[in-house]
This record gives sequence, structure tokens and C-alpha cells, in this order.
Amino acid sequence: MDYHWDWLFFFRETDDGLKYYDWILSGLGWTTLVSLASLAVALLLGSALGVMRTTPKRWLVGIGDAYVDVFRNVPLIVQLFMWFFVVPELVPEKLGLWMKQDLPYVVIAVVGLGLYTAARIAEQVKAGINSLSRGQRAAGLALGLTEWQTYRHVRLPMAYRIVLPALTSEAMNIFKNSAVTYAVGILELYFQYKQIIEKTSQVLEITIVVTLAYFTLAFVMNRVLAFIERRTRVPGLIVGGKGGN
Amino acid sequence: MRKTLTVIAMSLSAAGLAAPAHAQLTGTLQKIKDSGALTVGHRESSVPFSYLDAQQKPVGYAMDLCAKVVDALKSELKMPNLKVNYQAVTSQNRIPLMQNGTIDLECGSTTNSVARQQQVGFSVAYFITSVRMGVRKDAGIKDIGDLDRKPVVTTTGTTSDQLIKQNEKGKTIDVRNIYGKDHADSFLMVESGRAAAFVMDDILLAGLIASSKNPSAFEIVGPSLRDEPYGVMVRKDDAPFKAIVDKTLIDLMKSGEAEKLYTKWFMNPIPPRNVNLNFPMSPALKAAFQNPTDKGVE
Repeated sequence: MDYHWDWLFFFRETDDGLKYYDWILSGLGWTTLVSLASLAVALLLGSALGVMRTTPKRWLVGIGDAYVDVFRNVPLIVQLFMWFFVVPELVPEKLGLWMKQDLPYVVIAVVGLGLYTAARIAEQVKAGINSLSRGQRAAGLALGLTEWQTYRHVRLPMAYRIVLPALTSEAMNIFKNSAVTYAVGILELYFQYKQIIEKTSQVLEITIVVTLAYFTLAFVMNRVLAFIERRTRVPGLIVGGKGGN
Repeated sequence: MRKTLTVIAMSLSAAGLAAPAHAQLTGTLQKIKDSGALTVGHRESSVPFSYLDAQQKPVGYAMDLCAKVVDALKSELKMPNLKVNYQAVTSQNRIPLMQNGTIDLECGSTTNSVARQQQVGFSVAYFITSVRMGVRKDAGIKDIGDLDRKPVVTTTGTTSDQLIKQNEKGKTIDVRNIYGKDHADSFLMVESGRAAAFVMDDILLAGLIASSKNPSAFEIVGPSLRDEPYGVMVRKDDAPFKAIVDKTLIDLMKSGEAEKLYTKWFMNPIPPRNVNLNFPMSPALKAAFQNPTDKGVE
């Protein structure tokens, strides 16, 4: 294959006076911002939904289940397009116009990716809570804790520790899934990747660099959460393998 | 035993002697001769250059031109039964697929640029596109100057903002750039009022407008921000193959045949939906037919 390798193109100047590596750095910045913001949305909403689905209240369970069914069964890119193209046409015209012209696109991307991931996190939080023995809740209530206090002080602290490895996967996924937000106009890493290919045609170099960049982002997330997993481990609790004895 | 060896030795030397008859063939020509087949890369939705019709068959202006190139190759290589394979390509993979030999000829809508010439070769230009603005008629935008503080969309991989700034009238204006995933997406942004203008190749704008729900609601306005030549993509440094491609295209341009093909695809209803692009030949393209060139755009 007679490919013309040119690793130095990253240091060449682009049309806008920056260097190509600046484009990649700016893409990395947006990818990180969108991913972390979406993760925050997903963790908050996902936890709330997960808890709702384990309460004795049927209507709360119903809402949580419906949410997970909808958001987990629709492809991410379709969800983003729903928020970007469809929702502004359904709301009152003035609000729709504001969404289309004034609302920064990054908000739509974070909401879209956050709500999508929340459904997955809800599923895991629910699984974590349900994995606990039912006696935990009963014991909490017998001690005079309210339903909410049994979550806050007894069940959630254990449930989170149990599902932390699964949440780690989700946190890594969010970095990879954030690539889809280029479809709603976010100038993140994948957008810059396409842009640079179109400008320079140095497909292989840029593919290698961007692959490594995504790998690094996901891997750093993995290490950070592994660290949290170690730090929050409770000796004696049958969680995380090496913890108990 | 000795007799067998002699026969082998003789046939080997015969083969050796016969070889020079093919020696003038190199690169792609050699590959075609050896394999008896040629692979044409085509696009799936570059209307009207290269796209799939209702039967999922690649058709278009560039495909018709390439059919003539294939005819020329058949007679040049004396291979009337040359087998032609078709391979769909995208704007992301067309260059690597050319380089690794998956396709031998790319007939689509590929801009011949100096940067790309580092990787691949291009025939003489068979089309010149101008980067202009597609707008809604009711938006009241007639020129670059009207875009001040307006959102302007372009498709990922192009640089309308730079083109606007480079344009003299644009120097004092400030536009807000937004980006669509693909052309259909970008057009939807104009259609839905998210963007005031879509800055793109005029022919692509014409295609999008022609196939929209209400073609009369849109128009193409403003000066050309840049002219870009489309060429047939071939492998880099493959002069004998490129010479055949170029000669075929130049002959078509000189004989008026190319203009007939142009009229067929740009001025008449075309499949699959019988839409007429109504896109007359630009002065730039007429000039390119008069003086064919394979010069790339910066």
C-alpha cells in the first residue's frame, strides 16, 4: 500500500491559523466536558430512578420502569436527534425558536447523552439494591429509620459499592458514546477527526492518534474509579473480591 | 528425466522471452491485465454524479464518464471481456481504498485538492463546483453581508467560516458557525430555521433543494466563495493509467459528448424520483471543458 506517511502534519498550520494538534486538543476538551457533564446528569438521575424502582410504591416503580424501557431501547443517535430536531417543533413556537437559536448545543448534547446513560445506571442501581438481603430494609425499619433513611444509611452505601464495577463500565462508555454528539454539532474529538481527514487526507496518522486519545480517556476513567473502589471498600463487606475474609 | 528437464528449461525461457511483450504495462494497467477485472469505486448518494438508483445500481454523470473510460481500457488492453466490479465508497474511506488497491478508479464527487494529491492522483476536472449559500427565500438573505450575527451551517469536514472571512464582503461580519453531520442534516437546519444559510457546493445545494418537500421555498444566493474541481481519482504516480483516463475525458469534452452527458444529468429529470436539478453549465465548467486541467485547488 503506497501510503504517504506524514506525522509532522500535526504541527502544520490550519486555515484558521491554529495548528492541527490544537484542533485535536480542543476536541479532547469538548469530549471531556460533554462526557463528565453527562456522567453527572446520568448519575444523579439514574440513582433517583434506580431507587424509585425498588420502593414499595407502585406508581414510582411504574415511572422508573417506563423511563428505562424507553431510553434503553431507543438508539442514542435517535435520541439526540429527538432533542435536537423534534422537540423544538413540538413545544410552543417561541420556546422552540429559543431552543433552536439561543440554547447552546452542548446543553442538548449533555441532556441527550445524560438521559440515555441514566437509564442504564438506573438499571444497575436497582440491581445493586435488589441484591441486598431484604432483611437489611426490615432491620432498618425496625430500628425506627424511615423508608428513605434505610436507603440513605443502609442500602445505598452497600448497593453503590456492589455496582461500582458496572458503573465503571458505564463511565468509560460515556466517553466513547460522546463521539455521537458530533451529530448535533458538538466540535468534539470525533468531529475534529472527520474535519482533519477531510482537510489533510492523512487518514492513518489521525486515526491512530484519535484511537489512542479515546483509549486514554476511557482508561484514565477506569483507573480513577478503580482507585475510588479501593478507597471506599469496607473490610468485611462481601464486595470487591479481596475486601472481606 | 533429462528430456523433462529440457522441456521445463525451454518453457521457462519461452516464458521469459514472452514476458517483454507485457513489459510496457505497469501499475494499474498491469493489475487489470493480470486479474482480468477492474474495480470502480462509486458513491451511494452523490446526486447526480454517482448514486444508487431504484434498482440499487450505481448511476450518474461520473458513472457515465467512467463507463467511457472502461470502454477505452477494453480497447487499449485488447480485453473485450474485461470484468467491471463496483464497490461503494464513502468520503472517509475512498482514499485508503484507492491506495490499498481495493478500487482502481473512483467515480464520484471528489474534489481534486493539493493536499489529496499527496495521497492519490486525479484526472482532468469533469465538473467545477462553486461554494455558495443555500437559504430560505423568506429569510431575506441575498449576500454575504446579510449573514452578520446569523447562524450559518456547514457540513462537518468543510470550512465555510474561513471561506466567508476570506471573502472581501465578509470581512466586517461575524457569523455563528454550526455544523451538520451530513448534507441532509445541514439542510434540515436551514429548513427548520436553526441556521440562516447553508454554505456548500452549489450542485449539492441544488440537489438538496430539488428533492426537498417544497423546492420553491429555497434558493442559492451570493457569490462563489471558492471554485473546486471534481476529478476521477486514480492511484498516485500511475502515469500510463491516468493518461488513458485523461485522454478519454478530454476526447469527450472536445467532441461535445461530455456536454450531452451533462445535459442528461443536470438539465433533465433523473432517477430515482424524476427530479430535475435545472443546473445549467457554469462559465467555469465551460472553460474547464475548453482547456482541460488536472490542477488541484489549494
